[in-house]
Amino acid sequence: MTIELERLSKRFGGFVAVDDISLSLSEGQLTALLGPSGSGKTTLLRLIAGLERPDAGQIRVNGQDITNLHISHRSVGFVFQHYALFQHMNVFDNVAFGLTVKPWRERPGKAAIRKRVTELLDLVQLGWTADRYPSQLSGGQRQRIALARALAVEPRVLLLDEPFGALDAKVRAELRRWLRRLHDEIQVTSVFVTHDQEEALEVSDRVVVMNEGRVEQDGTPEDVYDKPANPFVYGFLGNVNLFHARIANGKARIGIGNLTVVTPEHQGENSRPGWVCVRPHDIELLPAEDQQGSLHATIELVSVVGPTARVELRADGAREMLHAELPKQRLMELGLRQGGETWIRPMNSRVFVDRRESG
Amino acid sequence: MNTEVLVAPGTPAAPAAEHWQSATDEPAWLRWTLITTALTFLALFLVLPLLVVIYGAFEHGLRVWLDSITEPDALAAIRLTLLVVVIVVPANVVFGIAAAWSIAKFDFRGKPLLISIIDLPFAISPVVVGLIFVILVGAQGWLGPWLLENELRIIYAVPGIIIVSAFGTLPFVARELIPLMQQQGRDDEESALTLGANGWQTFWRVTLPNIKWGLIYGIILCNARAMGEFGAVAVVSGRIRGETNTMPLHIEVLYNEYMFTAAFAVSSLLTGLALVTIAVKSFVEWQEQRGRVS
Repeated sequence: MTIELERLSKRFGGFVAVDDISLSLSEGQLTALLGPSGSGKTTLLRLIAGLERPDAGQIRVNGQDITNLHISHRSVGFVFQHYALFQHMNVFDNVAFGLTVKPWRERPGKAAIRKRVTELLDLVQLGWTADRYPSQLSGGQRQRIALARALAVEPRVLLLDEPFGALDAKVRAELRRWLRRLHDEIQVTSVFVTHDQEEALEVSDRVVVMNEGRVEQDGTPEDVYDKPANPFVYGFLGNVNLFHARIANGKARIGIGNLTVVTPEHQGENSRPGWVCVRPHDIELLPAEDQQGSLHATIELVSVVGPTARVELRADGAREMLHAELPKQRLMELGLRQGGETWIRPMNSRVFVDRRESG
Repeated sequence: MNTEVLVAPGTPAAPAAEHWQSATDEPAWLRWTLITTALTFLALFLVLPLLVVIYGAFEHGLRVWLDSITEPDALAAIRLTLLVVVIVVPANVVFGIAAAWSIAKFDFRGKPLLISIIDLPFAISPVVVGLIFVILVGAQGWLGPWLLENELRIIYAVPGIIIVSAFGTLPFVARELIPLMQQQGRDDEESALTLGANGWQTFWRVTLPNIKWGLIYGIILCNARAMGEFGAVAVVSGRIRGETNTMPLHIEVLYNEYMFTAAFAVSSLLTGLALVTIAVKSFVEWQEQRGRVS
């Protein structure tokens, strides 16, 4: 089912949680709403579900306006971060709940319910837990049951609120791959909320990056990662070094030292302030100064994590620390140590013009 | 944690380990003094009076005991007490659930005030509660003339007894449920609603089972208090024998008339009800514990 959100807004007191958001989520896609806490992603999900009422805007499912439709008639599957399984019911009754509360005219017979629940439990590979109680299951198992319960009513959309948030790292990684495979199998239009960029990039067909109640970028995982629309997205999807720069005639000149980055896409700009963003692994460390352009820096901290070395540097004249990542091997070849000196140069970068300032 | 890991191989065990004392362990004499003090106190102030009640009730045999509790005034007192319980407890359950529900699931102005006010009946002396209602609805009270005109008797009648009992027991169910429902949050209810349940189904099939044990616990406490309430009831009842005497009031009347055996007999009945209440309460607590563990 296609979900269309048109100019949705929601505020809590003086806090604007969702600020004039329009989005269209296409049939069968798995979309991630990604953002830091307080970015409005959960509120947006709850608006779609009908758990919150929008102050303004419209929600349509397949062209039908459901903005004022009561939550129990929306036919959405909702999965909560803390599972929200009914503790006093066994797994079977939990999954069957949505079927047994239907009005008697629509309610399937006992045998049909049993068949459906068994199918769903098999789908989430937990057929053997039917007689267990939620408290007897692990976190990962509970979340799979919660998913089966949400799917029992054949929802038009599946909404997941930080579904792996309460699980430990290993189970998290397993479960999200499992969710991806499951989604490919059942093809329900799904939206899930996460603050974990890795999760969003790995699982989804599409990533919507949110910040302060607005959409910062909306695209495929590759798009958002490789072509971030602005410094926020760039910074949120991994670590980033930010250099203030002045952009003129397709060149960005970094404020500190002698370093210029070529940026053909900003050919027309004439002396505008902006940023040069460089990922830590795109910072090259040099043993000696490069006349083409490099910055002198002092090594403040070296930490080795497995095969990777992380280096904290202070460039001359810079207020903030720079981060670089390189193979441990390379660090040893360069013979760099804490307290030593080096020259740095970006191998790869992205330039953004500061649009906030006029002129 | 495996403590062996902490000791380096080859290190000899420290000799002090044999006399090692855990941080919360006290010497034997202190332990026994404390335990004996507690038990003696318990025996003197709880067990002994209980035995006195039972002894006093059956001192002159089972026949006298049975006669004492089946004479018309005693039966009327028992009936009235049960009537109070039957009305007050359900009223409290409805109020308690409504209050706890609104406090735990909605956000509104004045919520902290409501939570504090619920405790008020615990803080005020029961006699004062009785007086409040005499002033409010008594013949000389603010609403007195209007009530007289409409021939409604509240003070010195059964409605007054029920009103003050309801007031005195107001906090029990609500206080049990508020922390429980606040801790449980709204996820379960929201989850039921997304699955297509209506409000009524959500309440009966999700909310109520979640608060079941807390609710039963509150009902038991409320019930015990409703049966035993004395001060406030004494002020508003007027103590008309066979009409407005509840069991505690009836006991006092008998005692004042030097009918000790009869007083003890009715007391034993009330005590018996209290013991049953405690037994049920312990069972509920045990069930609750089990529910939390499994």
